[in-house]
Amino acid sequence: MAKVTFTLNGESITVDEPLNMRFLDILRMKLGLTGSKEGCGEGECGACAVLIDGQLVNSCLLPLGSVEGRNVMTIEGYRKTKRYKILEDAFIEEGAVQCGICTPGMVMASESLLNQNPKPSEKEIRIALAGNLCRCTGYEMIFKAVKRAAKEGEGLW
Amino acid sequence: MKHVIPKTYKEALEHLSEGTYKVLAGGTDLMVKNRSWSETPARFKQDMLYIHNLDELRYVEDKGDHLAIGALTDYETLLRHEAVPKVLKDCLIEIAGPAIRKVGTLAGNIGNASPAADGVLLLYLLDAQLVIERKGARREALIDDVITGPGKTTLSNEEMIKEIRLPKSTFTKTQFLKVGGRKADAISKVAFAGAVRIEDGIVKDLRMAIGAVNVTVVRLREVEKLHTGETISAVQDSIVSIKNAYVPHIKPIDDQRSNRVYRKRVAFNMIEDFIMNMHIQD
Repeated sequence: MAKVTFTLNGESITVDEPLNMRFLDILRMKLGLTGSKEGCGEGECGACAVLIDGQLVNSCLLPLGSVEGRNVMTIEGYRKTKRYKILEDAFIEEGAVQCGICTPGMVMASESLLNQNPKPSEKEIRIALAGNLCRCTGYEMIFKAVKRAAKEGEGLW
Repeated sequence: MKHVIPKTYKEALEHLSEGTYKVLAGGTDLMVKNRSWSETPARFKQDMLYIHNLDELRYVEDKGDHLAIGALTDYETLLRHEAVPKVLKDCLIEIAGPAIRKVGTLAGNIGNASPAADGVLLLYLLDAQLVIERKGARREALIDDVITGPGKTTLSNEEMIKEIRLPKSTFTKTQFLKVGGRKADAISKVAFAGAVRIEDGIVKDLRMAIGAVNVTVVRLREVEKLHTGETISAVQDSIVSIKNAYVPHIKPIDDQRSNRVYRKRVAFNMIEDFIMNMHIQD
């Protein structure tokens, strides 16, 4: 066990757990934040993705020891923002959500993209979402949702 | 087993001097290799040093004759940095997805020493020099002299990679080709990186590196040197003998990703394609 201090959704937090615990498990089991999902557990699917210092990271491959001093945003924190609302509306409007397991990761990946590139091209959207698997939608609706969000939320990113 | 987050790089070297620690940088390989059941800690087999918080090892600096890359600099940062060579970026954008690239590092790619590592392939192509340190000592070594086999390096238990140096070079054409199971998020079946500098029809610098066809990346500097200084057509007329020179070194294996027959065929096609088109700009 070791104490690790980081910022989680805007608030400083210290957890006392083994450093080799997966950050995904810390979020889900110790902190009750179950928005981040476990799909594959080996960095293939992106369902567990969170933002570390504003950029997308897979929490299933992140040991707790890597989070010391970092700024973490999960879907639970992100959903309180205006940007989230834009993305949520766009995902609903375009039918980009079916079973929903990939959705938190897709939303975080979209935020990470738009934060760095507010007006992404189709190709840039595809690159940004390349690490997030969806078995329902066939992706087209998700790409359209990101495009719609970029347009509707102009100025927010 | 001990698990430690050092506060500084100096402190990290101090812990390493005990000789029992494994360094975890991004963790994208180590966390998969040592994966346990969900909701239980990763099953590391030795003391672990978690260095992800050492921001002092995150930098890209233009040093005039070379580019200095701090060991913890991630792929996404390299992709966005203007001084990073195009051929390296062409490779990095094909590695995994953004969420892995944000934590994945070249130094980790070296430490993991997979023959199929795309990042390492480019380090061979670009003549990367590694700055390796342990408490009170420092050495520099060419990438070829550090990686010795699958998962094997000359790094001792007390050492870690501090910096990667890429000597500046000018090329008239570069190429990175990766054959994988799908377009994104895939590990290479075979990978090829080539670079050439042609001046007034003369080949001044010729480099080819091939990944996932032997225990380490294959780069035959003596073959490259043999044809340096020749005209384009002289080099291209030698394509049969060039390919023959690679025969003893292209020895791929059958595994879950591909098989030796396919890998061999593709590797030789990539060599021929690069040589025969090296004078044609993209």
